[in-house]
Amino acid sequence: MELITPDLGLIFWQLLVFGILFFLLAKFAWKPIIQSLAEREQSIDEAIKLSETTRAEMAELKAGNEQLIASARAERDGLIKQAKEASDAMIAQAKLDAQTAANQEIEKARVAFEQEKASAVASIRREAASLSLDLAEKVLKSQLKDKAAQEKLVTEWMSDVKLS
Amino acid sequence: MPIKTFLKKMYFSNIILGLLFSFSSFSLVANESANVSEEATALAVTKTESTKFDPGKLILHHIADEHEWHFFTVGHFHATLPLPCIVYTASAGLQVFSSSNFKNEHHEEIPYNGFVLEHGKIHAENGEKVYDISITKNVASLLISAVLLLTIFIGIGKKYQENPHRAPKGLQSMFEPIIIFVRDEIAKNNIGEKHYRRFMPYLLTIFFFIWFNNMLGLIPGGANVTGNIAVTLVLAIIAFIVTNVNGRSTYWTHIFAMPGVPKWMLIILTPVEIVGVFMKPFSLMVRLFANITAGHIILLSLVSLIFIFENAALGLAVVPFSLFMNVIELIVAFIQAFIFTMLVSNYIGSAVEEHHH
Repeated sequence: MELITPDLGLIFWQLLVFGILFFLLAKFAWKPIIQSLAEREQSIDEAIKLSETTRAEMAELKAGNEQLIASARAERDGLIKQAKEASDAMIAQAKLDAQTAANQEIEKARVAFEQEKASAVASIRREAASLSLDLAEKVLKSQLKDKAAQEKLVTEWMSDVKLS
Repeated sequence: MPIKTFLKKMYFSNIILGLLFSFSSFSLVANESANVSEEATALAVTKTESTKFDPGKLILHHIADEHEWHFFTVGHFHATLPLPCIVYTASAGLQVFSSSNFKNEHHEEIPYNGFVLEHGKIHAENGEKVYDISITKNVASLLISAVLLLTIFIGIGKKYQENPHRAPKGLQSMFEPIIIFVRDEIAKNNIGEKHYRRFMPYLLTIFFFIWFNNMLGLIPGGANVTGNIAVTLVLAIIAFIVTNVNGRSTYWTHIFAMPGVPKWMLIILTPVEIVGVFMKPFSLMVRLFANITAGHIILLSLVSLIFIFENAALGLAVVPFSLFMNVIELIVAFIQAFIFTMLVSNYIGSAVEEHHH
């Protein structure tokens, strides 16, 4: 019976000791422990979440970069193509210009040549005419030295006139 | 990776803990048997005429509270630690004196200053009512456990404050899994995510208080604190107060007007529920007291067998068996702390539960 009769003194001490123990432990032990455990768990959670978002961001960034590179490459190709086209066009134009200029030059040269030729021919013709006149004069002079020849000629001419 | 190594470390510290337990239980058995044997011889010496070994008396003496801390007796040498007696009577007022005053040089009980010590209780010779708040063996053990708890857990708390985001070290890593176990498996599961936080200090205090005192009781020469009805009574009363102070409308309607039950049934149900309110802490009180006391009685009985049969050879059978019982008691020490805390949080859980059906 003594075993199951609570002793007043012990009840008093147990209440006192447990009360003080609870107060001190709650204030100086459990509060920091629970708080920092929660904080640590939270920080681990956050770190995991952060790493996940970072990974996603990295993947996104990589995809963006690749896209950027692809577009840059396309742009570069376009630029090169454009430049090539422009240069081709320029070369073609230059060729064309040169051709026309040459043609013009040739034409001009030809015209000049024609003129020169014409004037040369004309002067030769004039020369030849005067030469032949001189010659004819000399021939005539020589041929018409004698009378018979002059008469023959006149007869010839006269026959001709008759005929016509 | 750090988590893995942490788990490994935890596992390692568990092994160390286990080894410590088994070592302490070895020494416990050795000491307890030595203790009992010396006690027995002492009894045999003092009672030469009767000579009969009385295991009942021995066991009850061991599990009961006393005003001095008796460790062992060899022949006429009594290794006892006298403890301070604090008594109050209406006529003499408050008096403080050593419990050694009740013993003369032959270790016989004598009256002192108008008080006599009978069966572990102080009475006044003039028949007056004595209020005895002495530092008895249990109170002393209680104080030791309080100092131990404060040193360990305030120390750990400081470490948490110093580097809150670091992995735990040493004692911290030994107790952290247990604290997390109390938080996640006991408090969160029974009280719920919403309310468990404000009960954590209380639940952790009762868990570690009961566990530490259970373990201290298993140390050779230790007191039987958690196997004392006064201690468990106080723990139960506190649990009762905490539960009912936090009772919400759902809790009280379930007691006085159980919803979904025919009105006439309430005539039977309500008294049952009201009895249940008191029965819950009562069961807490009895369960802890009975489990711990029973464990001590079994261990002492096993060792007493040797002296009952006056045969040392019996020790070959008794020692391994009491070693086995001791290991079981170490498990019981933890389990009882766990059950008490779990049931209290269960009661708190039903008290703070909000209407949701």
